[in-house]
Amino acid sequence: MTATRPLPSGPVRRVEGRGLPMPGHDIDTDRIIPARFLRAVRFEGLEAHVFEDDREMERTAGRVHPFERPEFQGATVLLVNRNFGCGSSREHAPQALMRWGIHALVGESFSEIFFGNALTLGIPCVSVAPEDAAWLQGLATSDPDATLTLDLETMQVMAGGVSVPVSLPPAARDALLTGAWDATGLLLEDPAAVETVARGLPYVTGFSIGSQSSVRSCQSGVVSSEL
Amino acid sequence: MGRTLLRKVWDRHTVRRLPTGQTQLFIGLHLVHEVTSPQAFDALRARGWPVRFPHRTFATVDHIAPTRDTARPFADLLAEEMMAALERNCRDFGIPLWPLGDARQGIVHVIGPELGLTQPGMTIACGDSHTSTHGAFGAVGFGIGTSQVRDVLASQCLALDPLRVRRIRVTGALAPGVYAKDVILAIIGRLGVKGGVGFAYEYAGPVVERMSMEERLTVCNMSIEGGARVGYVNPDQTTFDYLRGRPFTPAREAFDRAVAWWRDQASDADAAYDDEVEIDGGALEPVVTWGVHPGQSVGVSERIPGPAEVPAADRDATREALEFMGLAAGAPILGTRIDVAFIGSCTNGRLSDLREAARVVAGQRLAPHVRGLVVPGSQAVRAAAEREGLHDTFLAAGFEWRGAGCSMCLGMNPDKLQGREVSASSSNRNFRGRQGSPTGRTLLMSPAMVAAAAVAGEVVDVRQVMTAADSAPTARRPPFTPPHGATQARRGPTGGEAR
Repeated sequence: MTATRPLPSGPVRRVEGRGLPMPGHDIDTDRIIPARFLRAVRFEGLEAHVFEDDREMERTAGRVHPFERPEFQGATVLLVNRNFGCGSSREHAPQALMRWGIHALVGESFSEIFFGNALTLGIPCVSVAPEDAAWLQGLATSDPDATLTLDLETMQVMAGGVSVPVSLPPAARDALLTGAWDATGLLLEDPAAVETVARGLPYVTGFSIGSQSSVRSCQSGVVSSEL
Repeated sequence: MGRTLLRKVWDRHTVRRLPTGQTQLFIGLHLVHEVTSPQAFDALRARGWPVRFPHRTFATVDHIAPTRDTARPFADLLAEEMMAALERNCRDFGIPLWPLGDARQGIVHVIGPELGLTQPGMTIACGDSHTSTHGAFGAVGFGIGTSQVRDVLASQCLALDPLRVRRIRVTGALAPGVYAKDVILAIIGRLGVKGGVGFAYEYAGPVVERMSMEERLTVCNMSIEGGARVGYVNPDQTTFDYLRGRPFTPAREAFDRAVAWWRDQASDADAAYDDEVEIDGGALEPVVTWGVHPGQSVGVSERIPGPAEVPAADRDATREALEFMGLAAGAPILGTRIDVAFIGSCTNGRLSDLREAARVVAGQRLAPHVRGLVVPGSQAVRAAAEREGLHDTFLAAGFEWRGAGCSMCLGMNPDKLQGREVSASSSNRNFRGRQGSPTGRTLLMSPAMVAAAAVAGEVVDVRQVMTAADSAPTARRPPFTPPHGATQARRGPTGGEAR
C-alpha cells in the first residue's frame, strides 16, 4: 500500500475523500503501528504495516479489518471514536496512517500527543459528537463511495448531503489554515528572545550568583561534571 | 491568588506567544534516545541547522538495547543500524551519549533523575510518552513525537497549548503491600484513560508527601496512561535530599541557592486548580489489570467485571478485552495463571522496586512453568542491586538477571512474550501485543505483586505472602539494610523497611 496522494504541504483548508470507519475506543499507537516496526531510521515504508497485528487478528477470526477491505482502499478520512491514538508518543503512528493515505481524522476525541504529532504533519484531527461519529461511520460503511469533505473554514464535515459540525482548538485550526503547522520555522524566528529566557533560568546559568555569566560558559561548566 | 507549579514553570519558560496562539516554550533539558530521533537529526542535516543547545541535550540507548548479548554489531541488524545512527548523530551534532557499556547508560527516565539532570522547575522534553516521569521532581516533562524532537533540537523550544491543572490528593496512609504502582493504577481506574487529556496532574496529599522519590517517579510515570501528558509532585525536602551530591546537581553554595529557587517553584498554598480529586489511600489494595488498557483494572480481591457492569459506552470494549485476554467476566483475578514475570521498565525498574521484589522471592523458587526476567532500569541500578546481593536472590529463585534497558515493556529488543503467553509485568502498558507478541497478554501490577505471582505461578495477594513470611519465625528475614546513600535519603512508608 502506498500513499494515494501527495503528503500535506502549505495551508490545509479542506480535506476531501472517502471515509474509512475504524470503530472502537482507546485505540493505542501500539495497535496503529506495533513497536517492532519502529526499528528503522526512516518513516518511509511504515504504511505497509499500519494496524498489522490488528489485521492479522481479524484474519484469524475470519473477519476483514477495515484497512484491508477493498471498498476502503484509497480512503482519505479516518472515522474513529474516543481517545484515538493513546499511549506511546511514536510519531510513527500518524506517519504510517498518512503514508497509507489518511489525511484527516474525524472522531469523538484524540490523545493529546497523537493530536500534536498529526498536526505537525499537517493532518487535522477534528472532534465530533459521539452520535455524529457513529453516523459518519455508518454512512461510510453503507456507502463507501460517499465523499466526505472536511472544511476547516466553515468547521464542518459535509457528507451525504448533511453537514456535521466539528471542533478543533483555535491554535491548531489557525496553524492548519495558514500553513504554520510545521512549527520549526516559527520557533526559529526569534533566537534573541530564546536566549533571554535561557539566561533568566538559574539552572541554565549554573545557579551562579547574579547569573551574569553567559549561558554558554555555564553550560560548559555543567557538562564537564562527571560521575 | 497564588499560582500552581505548572503556571510558574510555564510563565518562566515562555519565549513568546506565536501567531497561531500557541506558546513558544523554552525546554531546559532534552533527552534523546535511538528510536524517535534519527529522522529528526536527518531533518536538521537536510536544512543545515545545528543543534541549538547541545549542552542541554543528552542521549542514551534504551528501547532497542539487548539485555544479554551487547556485543557489537548487535545480532539484530535493524537495532545495530539505529545504534550506529545515534552514535553518528551525537558525534556530528556534539551531544553527549551514554552508550551500552557506559556506567551511566539506562532508560532515559531512570538516568535523568539518578544523574541529577532532572531538577525542579525545569521543562523537559523527550521523544517518549513517559517523560511525565520527571514530574516527580517538580519538573514539567513533555512526551513528544519526532517532528517535535526536531523542533527542540533546532530551537530548544516547543509550540504548545496551555494545560489545565487537576490536583489529585491521596489521603490517609497506604497499607503494607500497597505501593505507588497501586496508587497510580487506582487513579487511572477511577478517572479513566482519557480523563487527563488537556490536564496536568498535580499529585498531592499525605500519601504522596510521604513517598520516596522513586515512588513519586512511579506515580508520575503513568500520568500519560491516564491521558495526562504532564504529571508532577511539588518539590520538597525529600526532593532536595535526593538531589544532593548527584553528578549534575549544583554543588556547595550553588546547591543552597538551587534549593531556595526549587522551593519557590512549588504551587502556592492558595493556588487555584481547574479541578480537584481526592482518593482515599488507606482504602487501596494491590491493583491488577485484567484488560487491554491500564484503566481496566480491579483490586486483587475483586472479580473481573463483565460488560453488564460497565457504562454502556464501554461495553463493547469490555467484551473485546475479555475475549482477547481469555478471561471470564465475574471470575476472581486471584488465581489467574501466568507464564512470564517481568520486573523492570521506567515505571518500576529502580532499586527500591528490585528490593521489594527480592524481599518477596528470597528463599523461594519460580513456579516451574514461569519464565522470570529482572531488567534493571539502568546500569547504575544494576550495580547498586549487585552491591546489595539482590541479583543473587533473583538468580537463586530462578529469575534471569539482565543488563539495563526497556526490554519486555515493549519488546523492541529480543525480550518478548511468545504466542499467547500471559505476563505479570511491572511495566506501564497492557495494550494488545505490547510485550512483543501480537497475541501476548499482560497483567500490570506492582513489582512485589509480580514477584509473588512468579513464585505462585498465578496472581496472588502479596499482602498474604508477606504476612505469612513475616509471621513464620523460620522464614523471617533480617530487616532491610538502609538504602544506599547514592539512591535514597528518605523513604516513605511503603519503601524498603522491614515490616
